[in-house]
Amino acid sequence: MELNKIKNLALSETGFLFDPATGNTFTLNESAVFILKALKNGMQQREIADSLTSEFEVTATQANEDVSDALLQLREAGLVSAGAK
Amino acid sequence: MTKTTVCVTGLNAADSPAPGLAVLRSLHESGLGYRHIGISYGVLDAGNYMSGLVSACYLTPYPNTGPDALLSRIAEINKTEKIDVILPTLDSELDNYIKIEAELRYLGIKLLLPLKDSLALRDKPTLAEKIPTDIIKTPDTVRISDVSALRDAADKLGFPLLVKGQYYEAYAAYSPEEAVGWFYKLASQWGVPVIAQNMIAGEEMNVAGLAKRGKLYGAVAMKKLFLTDKGKAWSGVTIRNEKILEMTRRLIQFLNWDGGFELEFIVENKTQEIYLIEMNPRFPAWIYLATAAGINMPAMHVRLALGEHVEPKTEYEVGKVFIRHARDEIVPMAAMESLSTTGMIAHAAPSSPNPFSQREKGRPKTPLPLGEGQGVRVARASVFAQG
Repeated sequence: MELNKIKNLALSETGFLFDPATGNTFTLNESAVFILKALKNGMQQREIADSLTSEFEVTATQANEDVSDALLQLREAGLVSAGAK
Repeated sequence: MTKTTVCVTGLNAADSPAPGLAVLRSLHESGLGYRHIGISYGVLDAGNYMSGLVSACYLTPYPNTGPDALLSRIAEINKTEKIDVILPTLDSELDNYIKIEAELRYLGIKLLLPLKDSLALRDKPTLAEKIPTDIIKTPDTVRISDVSALRDAADKLGFPLLVKGQYYEAYAAYSPEEAVGWFYKLASQWGVPVIAQNMIAGEEMNVAGLAKRGKLYGAVAMKKLFLTDKGKAWSGVTIRNEKILEMTRRLIQFLNWDGGFELEFIVENKTQEIYLIEMNPRFPAWIYLATAAGINMPAMHVRLALGEHVEPKTEYEVGKVFIRHARDEIVPMAAMESLSTTGMIAHAAPSSPNPFSQREKGRPKTPLPLGEGQGVRVARASVFAQG
């Protein structure tokens, strides 16, 4: 995981995200904000999924899928490196 | 104590605005207390009438009339204004100012200008040919002087390719027919060579900077958020991209650059490789964004020209956004008359510290009587002569 890059992302409580290296901006939903904050704190995919199940009413399977989806989208947006897991 | 008088050029503020107004706005907010004079080429340049930014404006001959006419006009203006520094903001002026720099110094006027060789080296095709790739990469670039050379270049570069004028304008060509069309348009407007360049799909990022003898004194990177149909930034945001800033430092050192500049980069989508598209030898029109982000490069430029000690500044606020807008200035006919008939306009002292928030105040005062002005008559300046 490219932690430095993720840590530099400016994420507001409203879900507005600014990438200071590229100038690109994004709007994230509540669960994506949760996941990105967890990534910024250095958590791994499994840990994030566990946190999601305790924070939101989702099953472990659903949480895993959500984190995978979010990572995929973050990768596509160039916000995390291609090898991030 | 007499105020330092700073003269700024490029007061046109059309859809592709010159940098002069942004430079003046930065100087105005620097707190250095300079007196600002404008030099313009046309009666309808909006900056002539912005009394909150300039104490007076003078018309000068177009750059293509050569250095002698420019020197003669500035010497005339200097009798009244006692100019300390001139800050040119247009590409097309630089050759003339470089040629008369020694004479201007003799008149007590200081400039911070690139060396003639540095200016020649930053020229679009020359830069691509001469700069080592370990300093900066540039897209494949070919000089074109006739249509047959264009066909050869197209074979080498493939389509789509960019066809660029040697000074301004660039068009994307997706077929040989389109490329030929753009070649003729650009050759007739800007002369030959026309430049053919490999078109890289990616995100554009620009850097505004200031240097003296190859040392970087300030640099701010900006990502364009919204473009006009001419590809000019109408909105942008400050960003921090260490690779681009390091490339900027290396390039400026290589060129031994003096003065303001703008670098246009593109980050290729496919590879994330960074290419330098071109270098402009003056501050960009968005230079006020850099000032707002914390590095007032026009003010540093003037201080460097005056020979003062200036500390380089590299930290600035990231995420600062600018959105350009156009507004209609209401100008009394008497003000246009003064500029048209005497070649100059003098303004009352600005009553507002911020001309952009209270433009109604500080209108131009009554112009000089006809024939008795401090400026000289400039034949092409008459708006009444246009029929």
